[in-house]
Amino acid sequence: MLKLELRAASSRSMAYLSPVLALLLTIFFGALLFMALGKNPLTGLQVFLIEPIRSKAAIAELLLKTTPLVLCALGLSVCYRANVWNIGAEGQLIAGGLAAGSTILFFDTGTPGLSGGMVLLLASCAGVVGGALWASITALLRDRFNANEILVSLMLTYIAQLLLMYAVNGPLKDPNGMNFPQSKVFSSDYLLPHLFSGSRLHIGFIVMLVASGLMAVFVYRSFAGYRLTVGGLAPLAARYAGFSSRRALWTSLLISGGFAGMAGAFEVAGPIGQVLPSISPGYGFAAIIVAFIGRLNPIGTIFGGLVLSLFYLGGEMAQSRLGLPSAITGLFQGMLLFLLLACDTLINYRLRWQK
Amino acid sequence: MENFAALIAASINSGTPLLIAALGLLINERAGVLNLGAEGMMLVAAITGFAIAHQTHMPWLGFVAGAIAGMLMATLFAWLALVLVTNQVATGLALSIFGAGLSAFIGQSFVGQSLPAGPHGIPLLSDIPFLGKALFDQHMAVYFGLLLCGGIIWFLYRSRAGLVLRAVGESPESAHALGYPVRKIRYLALLFSGACCGIAGAYLSVVYTPMWVEGLVAGRGWIALALTTFATWRPARVLLGALLFGSVTILQFHFQAIGIAIPSEILSMLPYLATIIVLVLISRNPDWIRLNMPASLGKPFRPGSA
Repeated sequence: MLKLELRAASSRSMAYLSPVLALLLTIFFGALLFMALGKNPLTGLQVFLIEPIRSKAAIAELLLKTTPLVLCALGLSVCYRANVWNIGAEGQLIAGGLAAGSTILFFDTGTPGLSGGMVLLLASCAGVVGGALWASITALLRDRFNANEILVSLMLTYIAQLLLMYAVNGPLKDPNGMNFPQSKVFSSDYLLPHLFSGSRLHIGFIVMLVASGLMAVFVYRSFAGYRLTVGGLAPLAARYAGFSSRRALWTSLLISGGFAGMAGAFEVAGPIGQVLPSISPGYGFAAIIVAFIGRLNPIGTIFGGLVLSLFYLGGEMAQSRLGLPSAITGLFQGMLLFLLLACDTLINYRLRWQK
Repeated sequence: MENFAALIAASINSGTPLLIAALGLLINERAGVLNLGAEGMMLVAAITGFAIAHQTHMPWLGFVAGAIAGMLMATLFAWLALVLVTNQVATGLALSIFGAGLSAFIGQSFVGQSLPAGPHGIPLLSDIPFLGKALFDQHMAVYFGLLLCGGIIWFLYRSRAGLVLRAVGESPESAHALGYPVRKIRYLALLFSGACCGIAGAYLSVVYTPMWVEGLVAGRGWIALALTTFATWRPARVLLGALLFGSVTILQFHFQAIGIAIPSEILSMLPYLATIIVLVLISRNPDWIRLNMPASLGKPFRPGSA
């Protein structure tokens, strides 16, 4: 029988191998899933994983969806390093998107005012502040009242979604929109500039790459980042060294909320171009998986983001080409996270054959 | 008066799924396992129960299917958290994410379908004026929830097995040293919890709503998790909390009905706001929580590793 045996020291190489192994296993189980659904498994995998990246335009779409995933995951990585279980990135994203959308609608009145670039800068800042403020509620209640951050951040996600619904049914509703629950479409001056003509990939992608680099410096090369990591790995040692756990809580949640809010701002001012009742297909939740796949490493999250983005596109492809529900994306997401957790066991344990 | 009776009845109705799910979660938390996958288990059970009830026209079979689906999800969790000793928080999250995906996937062809309302109430008793309408005109699952609550109180505090379960949650090392199979007991606790969350999920899709929309459970799994903390892991207080949350949910419809001018989206926030407020009030004193929380909650235990 196979037995788990504790390793003398946790394996570094396994920590990096585990996501790859999990991805391969996900593809294997994915093939089984397609077979169970009565499709040719190879065709299924081809449609799900290869079709979405066959052309240049398709790759631009992949990078477009990678942007919000990585932005949210950058902040979540910092939280999880500090052992702060923020799972409300989706709500922080919505709060940021709502703040950014309101800002744009405030200036986008048809009369000459601030330049488009200026408004977009303001809107992005509003997004960051909105997301950070939303996350600060969680930080405050944890800090002041010891309320569990997992449940609070999640409850705030439902509240943010309802707030967005209220906004598009009330104050932000397009007066000439035939009563649809949505804002008016932003005029083109107030949309994020595209990187290439003919693709929706916008400047936010570059911002995301720069942010990943900066966060890598923060996590691995700054004292503040070091304090956070120590606090997460060894709370007692951190306390002995005088690193404040309260500061770690606030720093990580504000960073996380800020990045998620930025992601929301970029979605609203980018591919969506108006405020809709739904501005994210669960990017904030998928980003949890991105953070784990990326090993809580800011550069690693880019790879995680590409994988999860591919799953989103694959779901759309599976719907249009194979007639399968696009919700298959969620299945692949869940499988990947499960298999990753299972493979992570091999970091601290080795498999032994025992009679 | 007639309205008031209807209000009470509606509160009980909407508190029932919370009660059943939270009672299940209470058991696995008392055994020291934190399963944040309640939402996922309830979602998968809700669509399974709905699909079975819809295809067979037998609502009770929907409940059975829901319970089985919940137990299968719990087994998945148990395999990771108990056998592979993964982080329980992350594994529970994974179960919730997976459950959301799986339920949306199975449910895509059922979106917007509905079920006929089933039989209600206890004969004779439901004819009593006021009380009959307020208390005795409910689906059988409501009375099942109450029986379950009584049963769990007896089990935890009056039976030997309940004592062992609590011992496993307080100190798995001691229980292990005394020869109790810690992992097996935890697995059984998780299975029970899965069945309860499954029945609660099926109640939502088969009786409470009764139709299928994506994300039907709408955070009730998480609220049930909050309820166990609110109840400081005591079954009688879970009952109280479930009724409280049931009435908060109903309050929003009542406000709308009597024409208070608050937008419906804001009113719909009430249960979530109430959860946050309750968590804040109950957690304010960390010592109070520490005293009541099962000591090994969320900490993995691997026999022979220490």
